[in-house]
Amino acid sequence: MKNIKDVESEIISEFEAFDDWTDKYNYIIKDLGSSIPEIETEYKQPKYLIKGCQAQVWLHASYKDGKVFFTADSDAQITKGIISLLLRVLSERTPDEILNADLKFIDDIGLKEHLSPTRANGLTNMIKQIKLYAMAFKTKEKKA
Amino acid sequence: MSIDIKKIREEFPVLDQAINNKPFVYLDNAATTQKPKAVIKRLVDYYEKENSNIHRGEHFLSRKATEAYENSRNYVQSFINADNSHEVIFTSGTTESINLVASSFCKKFLNQGDEVLISAMEHHSNIVPWQIACDENKAHLKIIPINQKGELKLDEFHKMLNDKIKIIAINHISNSLGTINPVKEIIEAAHKKNIPVLLDGAQAMSHIKVDVKELDCDFYCFSGHKVYGPMGVGVLYGKEKWLNKMPPYQSGGEMISEVTFKKTTFNNLPFKFEAGTPNVADVLALKESLIFMSSLNYNDIQKHENDLKEYLTNNLKQLDKIKFIGTSSKKTSVVSFIFEDIHPSDTGIILDNMGIAVRTGHHCTQPIMDFYKIPGTVRASMAIYNTKEDIDRLIEGLKFVRKMFS
Ligand SMILES: Cc1ncc(COP(=O)(O)O)c(C=O)c1O
Repeated sequence: MKNIKDVESEIISEFEAFDDWTDKYNYIIKDLGSSIPEIETEYKQPKYLIKGCQAQVWLHASYKDGKVFFTADSDAQITKGIISLLLRVLSERTPDEILNADLKFIDDIGLKEHLSPTRANGLTNMIKQIKLYAMAFKTKEKKA
Repeated sequence: MSIDIKKIREEFPVLDQAINNKPFVYLDNAATTQKPKAVIKRLVDYYEKENSNIHRGEHFLSRKATEAYENSRNYVQSFINADNSHEVIFTSGTTESINLVASSFCKKFLNQGDEVLISAMEHHSNIVPWQIACDENKAHLKIIPINQKGELKLDEFHKMLNDKIKIIAINHISNSLGTINPVKEIIEAAHKKNIPVLLDGAQAMSHIKVDVKELDCDFYCFSGHKVYGPMGVGVLYGKEKWLNKMPPYQSGGEMISEVTFKKTTFNNLPFKFEAGTPNVADVLALKESLIFMSSLNYNDIQKHENDLKEYLTNNLKQLDKIKFIGTSSKKTSVVSFIFEDIHPSDTGIILDNMGIAVRTGHHCTQPIMDFYKIPGTVRASMAIYNTKEDIDRLIEGLKFVRKMFS
C-alpha cells in the first residue's frame, strides 16, 4: 500500500489537471462523493455525528491488524467529497501515521477554506475526531 | 425624491472589489452591514487626533474626547427618540445589551417560580441569557410559538400572559425569517399587566424607524455594525425607572461614585452600567453611521429594499424546487430559502466561489430550523446599497448550483 505522502501527491496531481474551480467542484461532487467508504446504516445515528458541522457528518472507526478503518457520510455533497478525500489519505493507516499526518495537501489543492476554524465549518472537527480515534486505539493497544 | 444608489455605493469602499475575477456581490447584510467612508474616517481621525481616556483627565484631549463621546450619546437619544440621554447605555453590541438586562434585571426582579417570556424565533443571543437567568433564579422560560409562515401566534401569546411573567424579550425583526413582529400590540398587552418588554432590535435599525417612545418599550437593544456602523459597539436603551432600580452589571472604574474598602457607592445613570474604559472610537463612529441613516429617508429605504425583495422572490419562484422559509406579508428584505434537494452548505460554497456572499446555516436560530425540520437555509439579506444586478447575479449563481447538483 502507498504511504500517506504518495497518496497526497497523487491527489495533488489529480487536482492540478483542473482548469478552474467548477471542474474541481464537479469532481468533488460527482466522483469523490460517490467513492466515499460509506458508513453502515446502523452507525448513522446521533452518537456518530460530528458536532459543529453545518452539514451533518457521521464518522465510524474500527481497528484491525494495527490499522484504523474509517467509514463516513454526510448530507451535503461537497462535504462528503472532501471527507472522501480525507479518508483516502487517512483510512487503513496505523494510529501513528494518522497522528503524524499534517494534511498540508488540502492547502495545495486549494481547499483550505473548508478547514478554516470558522464556527460554521465542521471539517476541522472531523479531522480532530479522526485523530482522537487514532489516539484512542493507540492507547488501548499499549495497555493490552 | 428617490435615492441614487450608484452614489450611495460610492460611499462603501468594500463593495468595489472583485472575487474570483467577478465583481463582489454582498447579500449578507443581516450578519453585518458594510461601512460608509464617514464611519471609517471617524475611527481613523479619532486615533490620529483625539485619542484620550474620557471622563478622567482634565487635559485638552480628554475633555474633547469626553465631549464627543457624550455628543454621540445625545445623538443616539434623539435618533431613537428617548426621553433622556442617560437612558442610552453604550455596550459592545446587542448581545451584551441583552446580557446586561438578563443578568441585572433578573437578579433584582426574577424569583423562584416566575416566568420569562420569549418567542420561538429568537436569535441565540435572546435565548441563552434568559435560560441562564431562569436557571439561576429557579424561574421558567416560556416560548411564544410561531406559525408556518414564521409569524408569532398572537392568540397564544395573549393566552400565555399571566402575573408570573416578570419580563418579555422578543425580537423586533427576525434575522432568519425577516418577519416584522407586532411589537406594539405585545407591549400594550404586557403593560396592562405591568410586565416590561425588551426588544431585540438588531435587525430593525437599518430598515425601519425606531422610536422607543412611540413603541413604549422598556428596553431596546441594537448593534452598531448592523446599521452601517462599526463592530464592537451597541446600545441598550432602558427606561429610567427600570435602570435606576437595577443593580450594576459589571463593576470597576467609571461606574462608581465613591470607593473605600468598606463600601462603594455607585455612580448615576448611565455610568452605573458603563464600567471601565469605554469603546470611545466606535461610539464616535456609531454617530456617523446614524448620520448616514438620517441622510436617507425611511420611505426611500423601504421602497428600495422592498423592490429588491420582491424582485428576488419572484425570480426565485421561477427556479425548481425552491422552498421559502418565512413567508409573512410583513417582512424586511431578508429572503430565506432552500433548494429542497440541495444542502444549503453546498449552495453556499458554490455561490462563494462565484463571488456572491450570502449566509447559509442556522443563523444562530437553531430552534427555528428544528421547527421547519431543515438543516439550515440560504439567506440573502439586502441593504440600501444593493442593486437588481446583485440579485441577477445571485439568481445566475443559483441556476449554476442547480446545474452542478443535478
Ligand atoms: C436578531 C438578532 N439578535 C441579536 C444578534 C446579536 O448581535 P451581535 O452579535 O451584534 O451582538 C443578532 C446578530 O446576528 C441578531 O440578528
